[in-house]
Amino acid sequence: MDMRFSPEELAFRDEVREFIANNYPHELKGARRGEMSKEDILKWHRVLYKKGWVVPHWPVEYGGTGWTITQRYIWNEENARAETTPLLPFGLSMVGPVIYTFGNEEQKKRFLPGILSGDDWWCQGYSEPGSGSDLASLRTKAVREGDHYIVNGSKTWTTLAQHADWMFCLVRTDPDAKQQEGISFLLIDMKTPGITVRPIITMDGSHEVNEVFLEDVKVPAENLIGEENKGWTYAKFLLGNERSGIAGVARSKKAIERLKKIAGAELVDGTPLMKTGEFSRKVAEVEIDLSALEVTELRTLAAESKGRGPGPEASILKIKGTEIQQRITELAVEAVGNYALVEAPRLETTGNEFVPGPEGSQGTAQDYFNMRKTSIYGGSNEIQHNIIAKMVLGL
Amino acid sequence: MDFSFTEEQTLLRNTVQSLLQDKYDFETRRKVSKTAEGWRPEIWAQFAELGLLAAPFSEEMGGLGGGAIENMIIMEEFGRHLVVEPYVETVVIAGGFLRDGGSAAQQEAHIPGIIGGETVWAFAYAEPQGRYNLADLTTTAKKDGSGYTINGYKAVVLGAPWAQKLIVTARTSGGQRDRDGVSVFIVDKSAAGVSTRDYPTVDGRRASEITFENVKVDGDALIGAEGKGLPLVEKITDQAIAALSAEATGCMKELNTATVEYCKTRKQFGVPIGKFQVLQHRMVDMFMAYEQSVSMTYMVNLKLEESDAERTRAAAGAKVQIGKAGRYVGQQAVQLHGGMGMTDELNVGHYFKRLTMIDTQFGNIDYQLKRYSEAA
Repeated sequence: MDMRFSPEELAFRDEVREFIANNYPHELKGARRGEMSKEDILKWHRVLYKKGWVVPHWPVEYGGTGWTITQRYIWNEENARAETTPLLPFGLSMVGPVIYTFGNEEQKKRFLPGILSGDDWWCQGYSEPGSGSDLASLRTKAVREGDHYIVNGSKTWTTLAQHADWMFCLVRTDPDAKQQEGISFLLIDMKTPGITVRPIITMDGSHEVNEVFLEDVKVPAENLIGEENKGWTYAKFLLGNERSGIAGVARSKKAIERLKKIAGAELVDGTPLMKTGEFSRKVAEVEIDLSALEVTELRTLAAESKGRGPGPEASILKIKGTEIQQRITELAVEAVGNYALVEAPRLETTGNEFVPGPEGSQGTAQDYFNMRKTSIYGGSNEIQHNIIAKMVLGL
Repeated sequence: MDFSFTEEQTLLRNTVQSLLQDKYDFETRRKVSKTAEGWRPEIWAQFAELGLLAAPFSEEMGGLGGGAIENMIIMEEFGRHLVVEPYVETVVIAGGFLRDGGSAAQQEAHIPGIIGGETVWAFAYAEPQGRYNLADLTTTAKKDGSGYTINGYKAVVLGAPWAQKLIVTARTSGGQRDRDGVSVFIVDKSAAGVSTRDYPTVDGRRASEITFENVKVDGDALIGAEGKGLPLVEKITDQAIAALSAEATGCMKELNTATVEYCKTRKQFGVPIGKFQVLQHRMVDMFMAYEQSVSMTYMVNLKLEESDAERTRAAAGAKVQIGKAGRYVGQQAVQLHGGMGMTDELNVGHYFKRLTMIDTQFGNIDYQLKRYSEAA
């Protein structure tokens, strides 16, 4: 057992740190994804694509870097440290691995290049108005007609569908089979007639999620991944990957740094809030939770590198990771005090451009509101508890 | 021992309820808070017409002879409808300063305007360096002939964009955080040297940053004795806390009702999600948090006229209770509504945002815990 970096790993860290410093588009520094244009969101992706570093977690034959688990960990750390725009997971971490694992050669050739280059923007057609936690009850149906499927139904909470070129979509192809056994995994071109995207504005004023309506949408049968009615297997594989990325340890470290900065500038009777015992103890508590999660994640990654997992333990990362993210934003609201009331401009806010308050405090409450989504999405934290109870504890 | 309401108080609640049911549905509120103005002066006029703005003033002052309990009833109903109009700032705070600290002349000059709905007030007390300490003031008022000259800066003055008059705290003597030397002034927002920059708040209201540059006021703008204003400021902010506590219970009541209803109708895995024990217990905890908050709200509103120490403990205790309960109920209501709870189009998120902001107003949980422990 050894938790220290080797000299080679330290050299790797210096290399990637320097690369990020020299190549991260400087105009994006400090920007929030919620307010960025499609092209801005993709800028860092394109830089990494050129460098060959856009999918360190993929097998080398499909474009991976061949980095060790530790190197990938260092890479994530350094990106968080530099606050780079997080890469969108829909292509790179969700459908990409499904395609190279379960897709045919034709599909790999057709879809992987666009995912890697960023030319194809993907969105996730999973949840439906009536199927959230109980995803397998989904009702969007696809009926085979000749060499096409005709898809009817609706999807919801579809993140950034407003920019998407493609959607990977769970559809019911056998209405008579047991729930999980009649589902298929279809790739749908968002330009197909019959698709309507309606924005959903969240309580912080952001437009991140959408409803997607599908009415007689004609999808070529060659866009079916794997076998018909076996889609649930691929969907679960994808959800496992989604959960392992969800811990967000490196980003939370950065968020704690920002929290400390805010609490260091805020004064209580002339003394920085961060120097008052009660607040610094609360920050210490969340920092300790995060250290534990970091090592838990490293243990999971180490097991994964030996070919085990990501198993149901990934649910620990989801639950603890999101609780920590939420707690940090909650503490930030406390730290900011009176100025937490100020609304920062977002797409659907009142168009305010005057945002008073100490540096770094802008939008703190809205970030807190927005982060409530994390214990709901990706399988709610209640569902994650069920998974651990059933799969790990055998209850 | 009697926790029942009088016939007049029940009538008052019914009056507020029927007005708000009629004129203050969530969709209208949501639309109004996105307009440039951000509030409805015509609703304010109706509040005046129905006597709501007169409720807590004595009959001698032209009011209806009520007090804290009337404020509590009105604010609870306002909380249920997420009313943005500045009742707390105008009636509870400015009205409170005038009633409890104002001279007969000041009462005569200003209370009729409040009762009639003609004058809206805001309370300019917080400063960027002061956080929640009411005495931490760099704004100064210097004696200038028979009047004063005010210089300084006030942060996050809620309702100020809608107000004509301000209650302003300023230091007339002493060091930056001394208890002695705090004075309270009435200032016209249109006075020379007052400049404001307005902005929306996350709970759908409006606030201003206000700069005072050589603002001249007459001697009769001073409320109470020069330099002795802090006890009055503390008393009135505790009255505001009592009113906000009632507002918070109104928000929680609506959230709990909506959450229970949703969990009874939303089906997953073939059953209403309210059948799952983990969610049932969560809703029981939300219910208990609400009941405990109602209790603390009653207590603080009944103790506002007790000794300073007793009132302080009641107000700080209530603020801690509603801070913790508001956070828990708000977060869980969103969680149990799932994605729907995150949306702007459902009222759940709006109650959650308001509850969060009530905690930051007049000192959050940590601040009030400290205040309570020091008063105990």
